[in-house]
Amino acid sequence: MYTPHTDKDREEMLKAIGVSSFEELLRQIPQELRKSKFNLPPALTEPELAAHAAELAAKNSRLLNFAGGGAYEHYIPAAVRALVSRGEFVTAYTPYQAEASQGTLQAIYEYQSTVCALFEMDASNASLYDGATALAEAVNAALRITGKTKVVLPQALNPQYKRTLQTYFAPNRAVSFAEVSCKTGVLDAAALETAAQDAACVVLANPNYFGCLEDADEVSRIAKAAGALLVAVVNPASLGAVRAPGSYNADIAVAEGQPLGLALGYGGPYLGMFACKKEHLRHIPGRICGITKDLDGKRAFVLTLQAREQHIRREKAASNICSNEALCALTATVYCALLGPAGMRELAELNLEAAHSAADKIAALKGFKIKFGKPYFNEFVVECPGDAAQLRDALLQDGILAGIPLGDMDSSLKNCLLVCATETKTPACLDALAAALRKHANA
Amino acid sequence: MPELLTRTELNPCKAEPQKLSIEKSAAGRRGLRLPASGRPAGEHLPAEQLRKTAPKLPELSEFDVVRHYTNLSRLNFSLDTHFYPLGSCTMKYNPKINEELCALPGFAAAHPAAPDSAAQGTLEAMHNLEKLLCEICGLSAFTLQPSAGAHGEWCGILLARAYHAKRGDAARTEIVVADSSHGTNPASAALGGFNVITVKSGPDGRVDVAELKKHIGPRTALVMLTIPGTVGLFETEICKISAAAHAVGALLYMDGANFNALIGLAKPGDFGVDIMHLNMHKTFSTPHGGGGPGAGAVGVTKALEPFLPAPRVALENGVYRTKSDYPDSIGRLRAFFGNTGVLLRAYCWLRQHSPETLRLVAENAILNANYAMAGLKDLFPAQYGGWCMHECVLSTDPATTGGVRTLDVAKRLLDYGFHAPTVYFPLIVHEALMIEPTETESRESIDLFVAAMRAIHAEALENPELLKKAPHTRPVKRLDEVGAARQPDIRW
Repeated sequence: MYTPHTDKDREEMLKAIGVSSFEELLRQIPQELRKSKFNLPPALTEPELAAHAAELAAKNSRLLNFAGGGAYEHYIPAAVRALVSRGEFVTAYTPYQAEASQGTLQAIYEYQSTVCALFEMDASNASLYDGATALAEAVNAALRITGKTKVVLPQALNPQYKRTLQTYFAPNRAVSFAEVSCKTGVLDAAALETAAQDAACVVLANPNYFGCLEDADEVSRIAKAAGALLVAVVNPASLGAVRAPGSYNADIAVAEGQPLGLALGYGGPYLGMFACKKEHLRHIPGRICGITKDLDGKRAFVLTLQAREQHIRREKAASNICSNEALCALTATVYCALLGPAGMRELAELNLEAAHSAADKIAALKGFKIKFGKPYFNEFVVECPGDAAQLRDALLQDGILAGIPLGDMDSSLKNCLLVCATETKTPACLDALAAALRKHANA
Repeated sequence: MPELLTRTELNPCKAEPQKLSIEKSAAGRRGLRLPASGRPAGEHLPAEQLRKTAPKLPELSEFDVVRHYTNLSRLNFSLDTHFYPLGSCTMKYNPKINEELCALPGFAAAHPAAPDSAAQGTLEAMHNLEKLLCEICGLSAFTLQPSAGAHGEWCGILLARAYHAKRGDAARTEIVVADSSHGTNPASAALGGFNVITVKSGPDGRVDVAELKKHIGPRTALVMLTIPGTVGLFETEICKISAAAHAVGALLYMDGANFNALIGLAKPGDFGVDIMHLNMHKTFSTPHGGGGPGAGAVGVTKALEPFLPAPRVALENGVYRTKSDYPDSIGRLRAFFGNTGVLLRAYCWLRQHSPETLRLVAENAILNANYAMAGLKDLFPAQYGGWCMHECVLSTDPATTGGVRTLDVAKRLLDYGFHAPTVYFPLIVHEALMIEPTETESRESIDLFVAAMRAIHAEALENPELLKKAPHTRPVKRLDEVGAARQPDIRW
């Protein structure tokens, strides 16, 4: 298929190797293991494959999308796509040979700097798989740093992140999770104060899964008073206007980086962003790029602090991560460079505007109300007049994905829909959503 | 061989190091403009929620950004530009069509929380991919959720834990790995809560079955092996190994990082493998992206299927559904479905292959590795005798090369326009050079590589200092790695 060998090549190469047939090279595989039959569909040529893939892609509905919940539709600038599809980036390996990988390495350094700038944190790694695994690594670091075993989570943490944490820490029976109610949309401060006692860390989702922004100073104060670390989970698209984790003294901050120029792509590849205070540098999981000098004293970039990593430390490593999401990190870096500080502020303002405008339009509909109060960023919970999952399904007929029903998360929320409006939603889109909600709620 | 050093592709025009993007910044310069909102954030948020100081990001025009990152890209070696014989990494050609197809708007715009009815195309592709992987590996089911090889290993380790727990066998606290294993194996085992037992390899570089038997027993949950091993050899005694593991009640895990040697030739299920991972970004041709994203599908036998992560894709009455109702599932490994875009590329690659062409992948990978070894082993000896599989592990002998080490050879190769092989791994081979050409390299490119290696060997004898200071022609010379770690400068 993609092998260039001609019959003549094979013949001459076997001769050079010194065997009379290819089979001789396979003698180390026992004969009985080489008799397998493979039942595969007929191979496709490139044009046939293109047609097959186009047919599959067309089976996915193209919807006017108001779902968020950890993955957000944003405009992806053409220059981002063009730059990150360059073969020199796409087809390079991890930059182990630094002298032949200065492009990737400098991009990682710029990524780390971008994360630190957005988060107002001291140190970042080169990326992790996604937001959920970044949170798991942050919690793992907090457990190591503090030597404690309790982890405090908000009820309004993305349920998939909660399940990921449960999986990560299932092997360690000592680790326990305490969940703090978010009945009013945000953390109950009194309950948090109790839960935070003896905790390794308090996880602050800001905005949380209901879209609400928390009183981060108060959460931070409670965590610190209890001797716990503060682990913040944020939305990077908000940080042009919304306070950054460093400003409320977070010890570790993580995020799903997908909003920064990555396609929704049915779940991945995304980008786990991870940053922390400098005193925790040696607990950072995964790769880190740093500046050094070459023999002539010229500035250069290299992977550094590798004594934390699996290829050196094996079972004593800070994490098992090896391949990460380098190209996704490059995407986020290019995205932020294109927007700059002013563009990031405008992006956040546009999201605030779209979401608040959507909420106003929905709140004006009979039978609908906005479940929790302000402040929120680009998503919010709508209490519908009936079952939210049924309503969501009904709107699919009109080509609209109205949001994410919350009944699976908590049965008391079965009439609730998590609705997101980013800068991609024009007033006409919002009117279409409101009209469809009205139509189907009354149907 | 001076002509090797003057090939035009080496320096079409010399790429120079770049300033940082922030150093090119000019206050007030703008790149992308979004439609004006007209309302500042303060109209929607109370003052205490507002960011006080703007993030320190570069202020650049779009053209500045394009030129900056284009010029950065030119400082890289990559597959599209250079031969990249990085052992255990399977740097094979990444077909362009797959990049194009996974970016089709129908795939790229699909929200992961969309109901199944709105994602039938993606789910069909994922279901088909799982079936193809099962057929190729001779296993019963695959999960596509793990984001990379190490994530897959850790998934497999949790599967073994859940399997033994379900049988009420809580005594299995150990995982046995080979001393030649990838560092991720013991790291993943530790993350999964197990004690790691390391078994010494035999004199032929393979697992020593007698030695292995001394280390396995009622405490062993899992035996983890890379097949073929990291020394590039098939475990000829694999059936005895799996029988020994099973006889003591343990499971056998296959690290499939080197599956490129076996695809279309043999099925791991036939060796007695219970759990394995496959790297989509190795054997299945998806690009490495400078360190990811990858995807690390994990396959299992029937007995382990109930424990797989959820959600899984099922076909019911002609409709593809994501199902999470598996009471024994180990749970979620990450948010959402997985690295779907990577998996789609792997699916596209597989669909272009027949059993015959898949077999040619493995055969030509093995042919290329042996051809490279045949051209080099008189100067760079192979630690173990016999033919290799998809990669060969050679070494440099500083005693005969004027003190020139593998690191120096690797750096000098960069001057010749070749990415270095994997060096100093596996740990059990002194001064290791691990060479994996992959099946997509032509005989001519291997000939050039061999010629360069031989030229470097001659240089080592004549002028070892030249090699110890290499590279000489890259945008930067040899780097001070120790200094970087001593005083970390990791952000602007």
